[in-house]
Amino acid sequence: MPVFWLVMIVLGLAALGYVFGRHRALANAGGDSRHLHSLPSYYGSNVAIKTVVPALLVMIIWLLVQPFVVDGRVIGMIPDSEIREGSNASLVMAEVRRTADGLDNAVAAGVMSDEEAGNARADVSDMTARLKDAGQIVTSTITQPVLLAAQEYRDLRRASALFMTIVVLIIAGAGLVWGMAGAKPDFRARNVVEKSIRMLLVAAASIAVLTTVGIILSLIFNTVEFFRLYPITAFFFEPTWLPSFGGGIDSDGNPLSKLGILPLLWGTLYISLIALLVAVPIGLFAAIYLSEYAGSKVRSIAKPMLEVLAGIPTIVYGLFALLTVGPLLIGVFGDEGLGWMQAGTAVMTAGLVMGIMLIPFVSSLSDDIINAVPQAMRDGSFGLGATKSETIKQVVLPAALPGIVGAILLAASRAIGETMIVVLGAGAAARLSLNPFEAMTTVTAKIVSQLTGDADFASPEALVAFALGMTLFILTLGLNVFALYIVRKYREQYD
Amino acid sequence: MYDVQTHRAEKDLIVNDIKISAKNVQVHYGDTHAIKDVNVEIEAKCVTAFIGPSGCGKSTFLRCLNRMNDTIDICRVQGEILLDGDNIYDKRVDPVQLRAKVGMVFQKPNPFPKSIYDNIAYGPRIHGLARNKAELDEIVEKSLRRGAIWDEVKDRLHAPGTGLSGGQQQRLCIARAIATEPEVLLMDEPCSALDPIATAQVEELIDELRQDYSVVIVTHSMQQAARVSQKTAFFHLGNLVEFGETGKIFTNPEDPRTESYITGRIG
Repeated sequence: MPVFWLVMIVLGLAALGYVFGRHRALANAGGDSRHLHSLPSYYGSNVAIKTVVPALLVMIIWLLVQPFVVDGRVIGMIPDSEIREGSNASLVMAEVRRTADGLDNAVAAGVMSDEEAGNARADVSDMTARLKDAGQIVTSTITQPVLLAAQEYRDLRRASALFMTIVVLIIAGAGLVWGMAGAKPDFRARNVVEKSIRMLLVAAASIAVLTTVGIILSLIFNTVEFFRLYPITAFFFEPTWLPSFGGGIDSDGNPLSKLGILPLLWGTLYISLIALLVAVPIGLFAAIYLSEYAGSKVRSIAKPMLEVLAGIPTIVYGLFALLTVGPLLIGVFGDEGLGWMQAGTAVMTAGLVMGIMLIPFVSSLSDDIINAVPQAMRDGSFGLGATKSETIKQVVLPAALPGIVGAILLAASRAIGETMIVVLGAGAAARLSLNPFEAMTTVTAKIVSQLTGDADFASPEALVAFALGMTLFILTLGLNVFALYIVRKYREQYD
Repeated sequence: MYDVQTHRAEKDLIVNDIKISAKNVQVHYGDTHAIKDVNVEIEAKCVTAFIGPSGCGKSTFLRCLNRMNDTIDICRVQGEILLDGDNIYDKRVDPVQLRAKVGMVFQKPNPFPKSIYDNIAYGPRIHGLARNKAELDEIVEKSLRRGAIWDEVKDRLHAPGTGLSGGQQQRLCIARAIATEPEVLLMDEPCSALDPIATAQVEELIDELRQDYSVVIVTHSMQQAARVSQKTAFFHLGNLVEFGETGKIFTNPEDPRTESYITGRIG
């Protein structure tokens, strides 16, 4: 039975349970809900929760564990002779799985009967041909052990699914009975529901946290794998980024590709720096205008307008850089003008556009922070005969400074992680140069290009993406932690 | 309207110079008529107390005296307020310069998030009162001494002003206001956030400040008004009901509303 229908049946049971539970509780209280500890709907919910939650939990765990158990059983059937040179057991297992899926699909399409598919003495070449005819993708020829393993795999999978259905339904039924036992006037159904809601919220929060942990772990494993293939010192200190497309190693056993992070890191920091030089003054001045000078009418229009900037997808900014800002800069700094710039894609182009993208980050956060400075501070300063700009410069901004620094650091980590604007605006050449009118590239842009190619996933050329990602992750994490530290440390200064 | 001149003639007092003279002052907050036709004359080197129930307009009127109401968009002030004979609401008057002459201390102590030294030096710096560091040091020390807080902070001038206790903060704010050498000092319930000991210290300070400044203090505490002021003005519903010698207001008020308020029947 497909999982979908199993879930539907469990949910249906739960719905029935809700109605019965509510009804039974009312009946037990003599039809008067005032004699119940909780409202009738809580008794219904109690039954529904006890039906659904354990059953679906068991199902999810089963589905997660099943592939490992089945693989473990099947992998023992594959003799070492089947594992070819340069291959490994997991590749053969993938072939087994593919064959099993092919058999399933062929049966479903009516090309093959179930008995034929499960026939252990079937001819291997005939089987391969028939599978190919049925439009199933299989490797050139299926070997005898692989076919046998695939057939075993199918059987195990089917048995497991059947067994799971039975177990889940039994648990759902038991839950229903358990819940119905609680449909008595003195049962505290409301507390049970309250607790379940709490558990639901805890689960949602932990999924977010666990995902972060999962992302970090996957980065770590692949990064470690990369550093086994490529020397860590070369990665961090080599000043060239020159991946060779074929991969391979030279006569000394060193990789042909030069995968030094320095040019990429330099490009990232250079572009971010230009972006911040654009975004911080403009964003900060805009925030000061909005919070201190603008009337409430102007503010109510201008602030949302500014925040619209934050909603524009970065790919659109990238197009803006490519089609508008780049040609504009070429007109001024290119051969027609000052002659400093060769092409529209340059650090300057990407930096300017990224700066525009960051303006709302800086302005919106700074605006909130400036507004949080107590009015008493301003009154005190005005009362001493200070002008508005003196008050802002000497009292409001220093009081808001920690928050503003936090806003800038958050904007910086956004800039470091930005990809699309760089791909379209800054070019793809990894270069260590001080000239802002030259094309450069960033860590993020290179992660994309290293992973989207058709390089072997186990090669250092592909795995370097994870090391780059990890470096970037640690960099932005450090910035964020630093920003939080600053904001927390100085937050209560004017209370 | 109570006639100040007649009253003074009757009591035959030593007449000080008039520092601030308000004539027919009206204040509107949007549609609300907050101050109705107030006439009052504030003497130099004298503490004048404004008393009255909450919302009677005493703080609003106080804030008219240094044009702090300018920062509120919906506030309109009509009439004349003369400081040494010049109308402060004249177009040629710069409210920023006026506020340097008419200092203000607020209800809640509001030291800037800077060091004690920088809090005091703030006013002198923006008005260019000191030519060099030594002069500035001198102004800071003098102001802190006059604010009766020098002995408590002289060893930690560069510690943040926000780290002081409430009473110390308020005396710091008073010292900060004194540092710009104002002629008039306005105090908007300066002791309402302080405990009795700090209040006593601030009241003592106010009494000393009378030697050099005109002090105008808004207070909810009638005992405080009686203790520190020489003149008292009683406001009720935006009107100045009675203005005169503090002793007379508290012992022998002329208006029945004043009597009701000080005996606790309205408020």
